[in-house]
Amino acid sequence: MFNDIAQYFRTETLPHIWCPGCGIGTITAAIIRAIKTLQLDQNKVIFVSGIGCSSRMPGYLDFNTIHTTHGRALPFATGIKAARPELDVFVVMGDGDSTAIGGNHLIHAARRNIDLTAIVINNSIYGMTGGQTSPLTPHEKRGTTSPFGNLERPFQVLEVAKAAGATYGARATAYHNQLLTKLVMDAYNNSGFSIVEAISQCPVSYGRRNKFKTPADMLLWQKEHAFKAGQQPGGEEDFQIGEIFKRQAPEYTHEYERLRQRLREGR
Amino acid sequence: MNKARLMQGNEAVAEGALAAGVLFYAGYPITPSTEIAEKMAERLPLIGGTFIQMEDEIGSMAAIIGASLTGVKSLTATSGPGFSLKQENLGYAIATEVPCVVVNVQRGGPSTGLPTSPAQADVMQARWGTHGDHPIIALTPSSVQECYELTVKAFNMAEEFRIPVILLMDEVIGHLREKVVLPEELTIVDRKRSTLPPGDYIPYENNESMIPAMANFGEGYRYHVTGLTHNEKGLPTGNPEVTKKFMQRLTQKLNPYLDRIQLVEELYLDDAELIVIAYGCTARSAMEGVHMARNLGIKVGLFRPITIWPFPQEQLEKHADRKYLVVEMNNGQLVGEIERIFGYKAVERLNRIDGELITPKEVLDRIREVL
Amino acid sequence: MVTAIHDTRVIVTNEWCKKCGICIAFCPKKVLESDELGRVNVAKPDQCIACRICERLCPDFAINIEVTKE
Repeated sequence: MFNDIAQYFRTETLPHIWCPGCGIGTITAAIIRAIKTLQLDQNKVIFVSGIGCSSRMPGYLDFNTIHTTHGRALPFATGIKAARPELDVFVVMGDGDSTAIGGNHLIHAARRNIDLTAIVINNSIYGMTGGQTSPLTPHEKRGTTSPFGNLERPFQVLEVAKAAGATYGARATAYHNQLLTKLVMDAYNNSGFSIVEAISQCPVSYGRRNKFKTPADMLLWQKEHAFKAGQQPGGEEDFQIGEIFKRQAPEYTHEYERLRQRLREGR
Repeated sequence: MNKARLMQGNEAVAEGALAAGVLFYAGYPITPSTEIAEKMAERLPLIGGTFIQMEDEIGSMAAIIGASLTGVKSLTATSGPGFSLKQENLGYAIATEVPCVVVNVQRGGPSTGLPTSPAQADVMQARWGTHGDHPIIALTPSSVQECYELTVKAFNMAEEFRIPVILLMDEVIGHLREKVVLPEELTIVDRKRSTLPPGDYIPYENNESMIPAMANFGEGYRYHVTGLTHNEKGLPTGNPEVTKKFMQRLTQKLNPYLDRIQLVEELYLDDAELIVIAYGCTARSAMEGVHMARNLGIKVGLFRPITIWPFPQEQLEKHADRKYLVVEMNNGQLVGEIERIFGYKAVERLNRIDGELITPKEVLDRIREVL
Repeated sequence: MVTAIHDTRVIVTNEWCKKCGICIAFCPKKVLESDELGRVNVAKPDQCIACRICERLCPDFAINIEVTKE
């Protein structure tokens, strides 16, 4: 029921700009349901985004919201969290935003293990600019800048974040939006750099060029190609959903506060 | 009793920032500014502040904007190459009107240039480095004392006018060690905070002061900040009327306050036939050159802009109908402003682009040539 | 076991609906159909079992299920 979560939206800004059938709206509602269930204080919630379709999300949300520059959501968020660790900082990025221009910030935020809940909405394309190939576009798929098929292989963004030091990684899709809600809650509750990859359908820029007739077909693809931990992937394009990794490591703002404490005590 | 200390320029910037109430620093090592970062790394955790070394200058600029939005005064420092990397986010801070201070300890350019040599060739970058029409404030110290005082003033201006302020230094001033007298009390300005109930707060209000009151993230005022051209509520707009109003306010917002922003030092100007114009490290040689000339009975004076941008045009125009000699460690950058005001025929230049300081004797010789 | 009789209402916010067809495709009870303009038409409201799949999948927040329990 939208009315149950309407209080978290700037309803005067709706309807939103996302294309018919785009999964970002579905994912937005799933994230908001997580925040509602967590009962977070709206005054303490910060939404930071970069540039791209998914990065328009904070504008619609009734929190402290900041829509930054392309690829730079994580360092902006790092400044907010490091300066005021008591704030709940969510970072929303697209695949280009987080793994192309913002890739360097992604690996360092993960290495630092600063307590941010990063949500990478992966629609395998640069949607806002009209369908160019992104670092998460699957091999051989089409974009306006890989009209003959993508020659490059995509990142496994969760593996990249894990290798860099992130302490929580999970994946869900627009189709598996209830699971996404749960994973966003787990990511928030993890004290450290948490990254949730939310696979989203982009019918207009990606689907149309890659043999998907309708948005519903893309959602069905998500349903049929996802497998849970313990199950076996059916084919090359299959992907695991649910929690992918979770581990302990010192969290940046806690370490910094312990340092301040130590210095205060003259040790 | 004022405390006097021997300090390095870069150190004085750090001390000035702490005196101004800075509690956040984000930066990246780069000669010749790194001492600022090192000093902040030592001092900030001791006073409940936060220092963070980011992965690059782009991230550093982003981090201080984020921190400042939560109400924490924030500083970053770099040199030419890093200053180039920071330009996009500097423009973001200008468009979203977030107070912060960016120190650029200039070194020989372009590109990697002369990392340990002084230069003043980022002057126009300080004005127009980031894209689009925009206002900016840039201050330039000529002594270690001024490094301290101008850092405090830079934060006061940033907070008062909701704008990033550039402290445009150079390697000489940054690495010089001189006596600094720490003033007993300092006027510290904090941003104008909204007192309206959150529901009525308009973050980018086109009010008569042209400087909207601020509200800090996390304190009950939930509003939107975006680099997209935005309306008074901070939400994206494509409406030409709304855009025009925003752009007019943004580009004119410093105009009512120029008298407090534009700082200059003037020496022997009343009867001067030739006015030497110099700033930063070069102003020290120029001043000595002017003294030497005066001792020889030559009627010459010095006009030293401390505020480089917005250029102190009104103060300079008071001394019209003279000859002008603009002395800079670049190929001629600020000279364009003086030529714009008095016409290029009245303006002579003395430039050096080899990484070496311009000497007082060179200034004296040029004065004699010109007169 | 007595199943609660509940009355479900399917409400579509037409101003927000971008006619993507997702809800129509995924409704397990075929409650929803598209009219000639692709707009959502609640054809068989009484078939609705309030599973809320349409509500959660809708990208535009434009479909709401109201369940009033007797």
